[in-house]
Amino acid sequence: MPDLRQSRRKAKRKTETKPKTEADSKDNTEQAQSKEKKRFHASGPRPLWSGTITFGLVSLPVNLYPANRPKPVSLRMVDHEGTPLARRYLCVKEDRVLDYDDLVRGYEVEKEKFVVVEDQELESLAPEQSQEIDLKRFVDLNDIDPIYFQRAYFMTPDKGVIKAYRLLAQSMQESKRAGIATFVMRGKEYLVAIIAEKGILRAETLRFADEVRTLDELNLPPATQPDAQRIKTMVQAITALSEDGFARESLRDLHSQRLIARAEEKLSRGEDVIALDAVDEADSSPEQGGEVIDLMQVLKQSLAEGRPPEPNEQPDSQPTIQAKSSRQGTKHDATDLEQLSRAELYTRAQKLKLAGRSRMTKAQLVEALANA
Amino acid sequence: MAARAMWKGVIRFESVKVPVKLYSAVQDRSVHFRLLHEKDHSPVRQAMINPDTGKAVPHAETRRAYRTAEGSLVMFDKEELEALEPDSGRDIEIVSFLPPQAIDHRWYDRPYYLGPDGSDSLYFALAEALGRSGKEGLAHWVMRKKSYIGALRLHCGVPMLMSLRHAEQVVPVDALEPPKGKALDAKELDMARQLIGMLEAEFDPHEYHDEYRERVLELIEAKRLGKRVKVTPIRRREATDDLAQALEASLKKERKRA
Repeated sequence: MPDLRQSRRKAKRKTETKPKTEADSKDNTEQAQSKEKKRFHASGPRPLWSGTITFGLVSLPVNLYPANRPKPVSLRMVDHEGTPLARRYLCVKEDRVLDYDDLVRGYEVEKEKFVVVEDQELESLAPEQSQEIDLKRFVDLNDIDPIYFQRAYFMTPDKGVIKAYRLLAQSMQESKRAGIATFVMRGKEYLVAIIAEKGILRAETLRFADEVRTLDELNLPPATQPDAQRIKTMVQAITALSEDGFARESLRDLHSQRLIARAEEKLSRGEDVIALDAVDEADSSPEQGGEVIDLMQVLKQSLAEGRPPEPNEQPDSQPTIQAKSSRQGTKHDATDLEQLSRAELYTRAQKLKLAGRSRMTKAQLVEALANA
Repeated sequence: MAARAMWKGVIRFESVKVPVKLYSAVQDRSVHFRLLHEKDHSPVRQAMINPDTGKAVPHAETRRAYRTAEGSLVMFDKEELEALEPDSGRDIEIVSFLPPQAIDHRWYDRPYYLGPDGSDSLYFALAEALGRSGKEGLAHWVMRKKSYIGALRLHCGVPMLMSLRHAEQVVPVDALEPPKGKALDAKELDMARQLIGMLEAEFDPHEYHDEYRERVLELIEAKRLGKRVKVTPIRRREATDDLAQALEASLKKERKRA
């Protein structure tokens, strides 16, 4: 995958001796989140992708946010004394830590010979698709085989353009149709089904046909006529175990829960605990765990207001009237900050390097940030 | 090329036991890059660095820590973590059977095809029974020290397991509020629905190709041969001001095409 951050992830997998999952895309959401985090500024989390949906001659700016969270527990790597470690890249020859700016992405064309590829070059390979999701086709959602579905993203209105978003969502929902398109995000092309549900647009990425194996590859034995009695027994067993639906609860991650329970037990005994103060600088490294940004909060906020244009944005995006009025509302005054969790406030304080932040209460953090 | 099985297990429910082999139903087609040092284009090595000392810490000397909501760290050693791992075994236990689509695409993670492992007749009986009942099984299993939940279903008559995301990982739409505003214009809504109707078609996955991947490979080849590559700057399209007008024009355009 051409994404620089994804290459990092590959490298990460290599050095960590985690049991290798065959699932290449399994931890993408997790990665997506850390990618996202890397780009965060004090003004709040940035979307994974920003672009335009075109529907006929209608265009509406949208942002993409993940609809999947990372695993509930992600353990951080620390040294013997509990100092959180940061994942960095080393120059092998000079044996020194490199900045991200010192890194480029290369494709190995022959042994140890690389062709360097820049982000801009990748983007310009598909200039339209890198910024546009063109809905040229609508299909019945039930026509899409489950095997194609990959990952979900919520789409939120951007630049305060809310009416066109609502119109598209409502008309798609009433027609019970999903829009199909391809687009390019971070150096990879995606096939997506855009689905409207409860007035919210969601993009479900779909696998390309050549990413799905055909059944021929399995070399299945020729079907035999199974024993009728055996089938009957199985059908009866299926009926006996039949239920109308499942509780969300039943899909909980028990392993993570056990881990959390064990961590809390150790915390209450004060065993192997490194107190907050000592951890102060812990997640100054963007590549580390310590995910504190609340996805829910981000989604709610961006659905409600549509992320307003940033002050330094290109002049080619003229802010509409709605955008102007909503921009005022996102100034970082104390009232807005109060909506955030302490963890999120703390992250912001960390970004701004506010002194004494680890000892501050939520109220103190709000005050310090508002004055920062 | 024949696919290789990645794991073997036994599907179990009530007194039924069906030994199966799991095959990944998907394959990676991405173009893989490596990170290089810009200065000399040599591949970089990844390491865990102690930010205080700037020194790399060997993997054997690392431990894992859980970060509490307040920001404290609770450390675990390897043995403790291993003790918390799920018990491995070969069972793929079906806990219940559900109507089709009770588990929808939101939960889908990775698909695995199932093939027979030893007993063809049990395998084909399972396929037949799943087909007749029209149900999907909710499955639990532990594969390579990791617990999975999944849906046992048929794909073109062949049993498959679709692994599912955990509840904590899927943001429920119900918890979100859609963007609000004045009631939408009935005429505009009607035009939008008409436009959707005109663009309606069957879904055919083979119609779509990852053309971008081809272009990336062509770019690499061109650069390898030392050709100059033109970079086009990206400009973003402006939002539509007049919805009604844009919709009307779109409908006109589609009608002309039809």
